[in-house]
Amino acid sequence: MRRVYLDNNATTPLLPEVFEAMRPYFGERFGNASSIHHHGQETRAAVESARESVAVLLGCRAAEIVFTSGGTEADNLAISGLAKGGDHVITSSVEHHAVLHACKHLEEIGCEVTYVPVDGRGLVDPGDVRRALRPNTKLISIMMANNETGVLQPVEEIGKIAAEAGALFHTDAVQAASKVPTDVGRIGCHALSISGHKMHAPQGVGALYVRKGTRIQPLFYGGRHERSRRAGTENVPGIVALGKAAQLAKEALDRGDDKKMAALRDRLEQGILAQVDEAGVNGEGAPRVPNTTNVHFDHIEGEAIVIALDLKGLAVSTGAACSSGAIEPSHVLVAMGLRADQARASIRFSLGRQTVAEDIDFALALVPETVARLRELSPVYRRAALSS
Amino acid sequence: MTSETIAVAMSGGVDSSTVAAMLRAEGHNVIGLTMQLWNQRRLAGREGMPESVQGRCCSLDDVYDARRVAQQIGIPYYVVNHEERFERDVVRPFVEEYLSGRTPIPCSLCNNHLKFDQLLIVARQIGADRIATGHYARVGYDKARGRWLLKRPADLSKDQTYFLFGLTQDQLSRTLFPLGDMTKPEVRELARKHGLALAEKPDSQEICFVPGGDYKRFIDAYLAEQGESLPDTAGELVTTGGEVLGEHAGIHSFTVGQRKGLGVATGSPLYVIQISGANKQVVVGGEEHLYSRTLRARRVNMISVANLGEPMRVAVKIRHRHEPAPATIEKMKIEKTNVESAKIEGTKIEGSGNDEILVTFDQPQRAITPGQAAVFYDGDIVVGGGWIA
Repeated sequence: MRRVYLDNNATTPLLPEVFEAMRPYFGERFGNASSIHHHGQETRAAVESARESVAVLLGCRAAEIVFTSGGTEADNLAISGLAKGGDHVITSSVEHHAVLHACKHLEEIGCEVTYVPVDGRGLVDPGDVRRALRPNTKLISIMMANNETGVLQPVEEIGKIAAEAGALFHTDAVQAASKVPTDVGRIGCHALSISGHKMHAPQGVGALYVRKGTRIQPLFYGGRHERSRRAGTENVPGIVALGKAAQLAKEALDRGDDKKMAALRDRLEQGILAQVDEAGVNGEGAPRVPNTTNVHFDHIEGEAIVIALDLKGLAVSTGAACSSGAIEPSHVLVAMGLRADQARASIRFSLGRQTVAEDIDFALALVPETVARLRELSPVYRRAALSS
Repeated sequence: MTSETIAVAMSGGVDSSTVAAMLRAEGHNVIGLTMQLWNQRRLAGREGMPESVQGRCCSLDDVYDARRVAQQIGIPYYVVNHEERFERDVVRPFVEEYLSGRTPIPCSLCNNHLKFDQLLIVARQIGADRIATGHYARVGYDKARGRWLLKRPADLSKDQTYFLFGLTQDQLSRTLFPLGDMTKPEVRELARKHGLALAEKPDSQEICFVPGGDYKRFIDAYLAEQGESLPDTAGELVTTGGEVLGEHAGIHSFTVGQRKGLGVATGSPLYVIQISGANKQVVVGGEEHLYSRTLRARRVNMISVANLGEPMRVAVKIRHRHEPAPATIEKMKIEKTNVESAKIEGTKIEGSGNDEILVTFDQPQRAITPGQAAVFYDGDIVVGGGWIA
């Protein structure tokens, strides 16, 4: 069966170049990057050159990059590491659970957390952030791009507000870095999280940018790796892969590949809307990353759409992969004001660097007929049709 | 045999796993589906509920087992979440029935509203023609009658037709019960033959969402979680002669036929004869008062016949572990203002709805219990059934 993968916000396939770059570090280059001898020097060099590539992608210095096990650890390190009991923290209602649940933990240890809302397009109003400020506001954590809708938050404005207030600013850029130009200087953040497997590196590696001079409390007790910010022997193959993926992402952005991806995404989105009625784009009207579209297909269950499409070879998702099987509709879509049934009827399509025009054709041939079949068999849809 | 697309309702137990393996081996295009119906951790530790629950329906362990079987036999597998509907159509009515002095059967409600309704819809939406389950029952089309028939299985000790009386003709026409001709030991043997690791997994017995089987504790915990206080269902304990023996703590703690825990000491053994939801009385009496020759069945669903015209000779089963007893069934004229059936109608009626059937047994039956089902049999054939009023 032909299979087309449009769930790249869940994870991306390794690019062949990335795989080639990391391959030696599973074999002959096995050294511990902290060792004094030749083997250690070899892997240390690889780790540091990967750090430089990531720094180039983010517009920072190599020393400001801390490698982690992934985006979740980067978010946790930033939030737990920058705030402590008694501080006030501002975040948004549409953050990834890696941030939201870390903030819940802060509440348990005596922090107060303000969750600013979003509008119908999924956008945070920087004015809300400003109004939420308190004298003891220590940290603002607002994501750069939302994982479910791809909506880009006004992080540069929020960065300015943080700077004026003397608060630290962290942004979860897991879904943004590699898809849109991401420059920590322009954003004005003190910390920024990225994840390898959202940018064609493997699962199990990520990084946190920590601005020079920002004191951060590590999550783990152990050796003095990563300038005492993240204990534990480095995941060398993963780090090498992240470096290569960052380099390739930067080159692609410089070539303007993001615009090509946006054109493919727009063709998918408009093609679906042209063929399916009672559907709409979640986050429409807001700036979005070029690879994501989130569509609500009213009167049916997103879960059934995902299964039906999977059985025909198209991989998409109802939202965050981490929330699969959950009964609650997406907190992101509900925060945007969607009804629970609309939120549950929503499907995320997310493109990757490997996505080609034929994949979009495949999806466009499949989605409208699948939605039609599901609606035909949906008691809710039949009732709605009868009453209208 | 021609190959078709069949969705198997997989619970993570031996029976449904074996069904999936069988159908796959027969060359069908099999899709495994597990319904997530209840979050077992939801009430854990509340009002004396156990802190941890294991190995029950909808537990992570069972989903794990079902998924491993699907992987092993090489079929696509999905978990679909129907917790909201399950709570509305099964858990809520279960609690309300007890609080009204009846003894409910949640498994039948789950079959009617979830397995053969919601799951069947999903199955059809994703391209399956039919759904197969691990129930011990048989289904087939009878040309002479022009009806789909539900029949008792080969292994009568595992007969589950009592819980399936609510299935409509449409549902039966899209259902397969591949274990209907097998005994449980044969199913386990087949599971072993297919190399299923869970071939020796013990059967589940209790109500899936009531771990440990303590339904009173469950009701307390559920209402506490909902922020509702337990309604005061305390009242008088009276004899069949009308003599007040004392007070009881709540009608939901009693079931017809119960002997222990009445809180009164008398010379001869006393049984719960009747529970009156209206005035919260629990009527107790000697064993002889437990026997009754008639019952009214409400919200009837007929299977082997479209309608009950003339009175019919059948055997009637009034609880899961009851040997069907000879009886005559006949249609009753009923008032349309029946509040109870109107309330249930709001959700979904199983079968033809407002019909009521009078069941007259040849011999008096012990402990006919409101809330349980009365299922009518003609030999192996399920004629229909309804809920005991």
